[in-house]
Amino acid sequence: MRKVNRVFTALVFIFLYIPMIVLAVASFNKGTDIAVFSGFTFDQYKELFRDKHLLSLLGNSVIIAVLSSLVATVMGTAAALGIHSMRGRLRSAVMTMTNIPMTNPEIVTGVSMALLFAFVGILLRTNAVLGFWTLLIAHITFNLPYVILNVMPKLSQMDPDLTEAALDLGCTPVQAFFKVVLHEIMPGILSGALMAFTMSLDDFVISYFVTGSGFVTLPVEIYSYTKKPIQPKVYAMFTLIFITILLLMVVMNLMQARDKTKRKKAHGLQKEVGR
Amino acid sequence: MSQELIRLTNLVMEFDGERILDSINLYINDKEFLTLLGPSGCGKTTTLRVIGGFLTPTSGDVLFDGKRINDVPAYQRKINTVFQRYALFPHLDVYDNIAFGLRIAKLSEAEIDERVTEMLEIVSLKGFENRKVTSLSGGQQQRVAIARALVNRPKVLLLDEPLGALDLRLRKDMQNELKRIQQAMGITFIYVTHDQEEALTMSDTIVVMDKGKIQQIGKPEDIYNEPKNAFVADFIGESNILDGVMLEDYKVKFFGRVFSCVDKGFAPNEPVDVVIRPEDIDIVSADEGHLCGTVTSVTFKGVHYDTIVDFKGFKWLIQTTDFCPEGSHIGIRLNPEDIHIMHKSEYSGMFGDYSSYSAEYDEIADAEVTEDEE
Repeated sequence: MRKVNRVFTALVFIFLYIPMIVLAVASFNKGTDIAVFSGFTFDQYKELFRDKHLLSLLGNSVIIAVLSSLVATVMGTAAALGIHSMRGRLRSAVMTMTNIPMTNPEIVTGVSMALLFAFVGILLRTNAVLGFWTLLIAHITFNLPYVILNVMPKLSQMDPDLTEAALDLGCTPVQAFFKVVLHEIMPGILSGALMAFTMSLDDFVISYFVTGSGFVTLPVEIYSYTKKPIQPKVYAMFTLIFITILLLMVVMNLMQARDKTKRKKAHGLQKEVGR
Repeated sequence: MSQELIRLTNLVMEFDGERILDSINLYINDKEFLTLLGPSGCGKTTTLRVIGGFLTPTSGDVLFDGKRINDVPAYQRKINTVFQRYALFPHLDVYDNIAFGLRIAKLSEAEIDERVTEMLEIVSLKGFENRKVTSLSGGQQQRVAIARALVNRPKVLLLDEPLGALDLRLRKDMQNELKRIQQAMGITFIYVTHDQEEALTMSDTIVVMDKGKIQQIGKPEDIYNEPKNAFVADFIGESNILDGVMLEDYKVKFFGRVFSCVDKGFAPNEPVDVVIRPEDIDIVSADEGHLCGTVTSVTFKGVHYDTIVDFKGFKWLIQTTDFCPEGSHIGIRLNPEDIHIMHKSEYSGMFGDYSSYSAEYDEIADAEVTEDEE
């Protein structure tokens, strides 16, 4: 039984990662036929970095991802603090409402946002409403629940006396937040921000509906490639993006693991003094 | 005595229509060690939080140095708190935890250093400056919490069951330590506990609370020797509480027999509660006793035996160093000063009968008090 399990696990991993491996191998292939590996080369990476257009699209994606995750992190943290201060039933109702957008099909979110922006466009009597700002607003919106979801548990784990202790020692409520609470919930804020960043970076469906031809992100552009033959330098770019995301995830997991052992230590101590 | 510092007048606190504090009237003197004592849910922590500024009373006033401070936020009060679970800041080391309040007050680093160092010495934590607070033992965290509060030189220190999480030995040490610090620094301490022994050991004044009301205020000796009602008599130490009738001054009748006592000022033939402390009872042979009964159980407690004696169906607890075997027939003698008379109260008949006494009594009581109070 155990053997079967192991084989099965191995198979799952192979299926999960084989596409990425194929992609990575293809990015180093000398020939253009993906079926034949005709020699190792960095040519496609060189070509990638010569392609100003592609790089500027990547730049667009990064700008949107950074800005939207930053704004969402600040707003989401503030929202989490507000939700945390609510009482039982109201709090769970609000939490459910913030969770729904995450499970809502992206295409529905995308179309409804596009409709909303079009509506606002009509009100403003302009045709060219879709672009950088609508894209940014959309990304902030779908990033918010991820930040709230990551910050909330940190707030619940925090000893509520900490805030009172800070007030007791002379902090105003604002000082108490920045000097004490913020430190306590920082791991949640960081993982929320990181998750928001990756969600934003690779979003295609929502972006496709809410941006105009003036501001295009990488995933939207690549979608159009499916209609014509893909250039091998795109493989190179994907490989780089994959590695970047992989590294980010590793950092995030390490951070969470460190936080967990820290908590365990603190918890163990509390248990010890709690007789 | 010394000057009045804090006064609570007609303090009422309600949460969702439930009355947690019911017209609390209390004054606290400067440099006094005052203890709020009572079982879980009696309102003692709520009272402390009102004084600390974490709760605004529903009605009534909090006065500090004669000024009304109901609406003064916690961070502007000259009061500091030692929290039940210490609430040390995990991201700061010992030194920075203690220096926290001084840094908020924007003192010069030189002065901060001087005061933190002095405080570390007072709580015997020299050399622990750069330790993480999560790496400290419970007793050490406790000391940091006390230092962090006291370093601000508050007029009043509030302590919310600060020793509740420590083991017995450490608790005893810290009791003495706290009393020493309080006297050395000349600060008013308001201490919350459910542990009657702790209250008796440390306090200048004890305030016994139950059901949101003050049951009795007094010096430890007075509270112990002259409890006002059956609740206080039972909560502070062990008590046998019997129904009696006060015939006239210095004469009380119970169990069909008239005893002389030292109490007066009751109406003639007033029904009263009679308190007899288990350690005050003298055991004699059956024929010499004022009352005779049968021993139903004996438990060895170290210093004494807890002996349960059945007198006409009512069971008494007697603490004695003389061993009387189960089933033996014994007599007891009561001196006038062993008998304490109380007016009847809502608590009459609820306490002081040891019919349901069992050897696990203490453990059950302990389990009850470890529950968190809110």
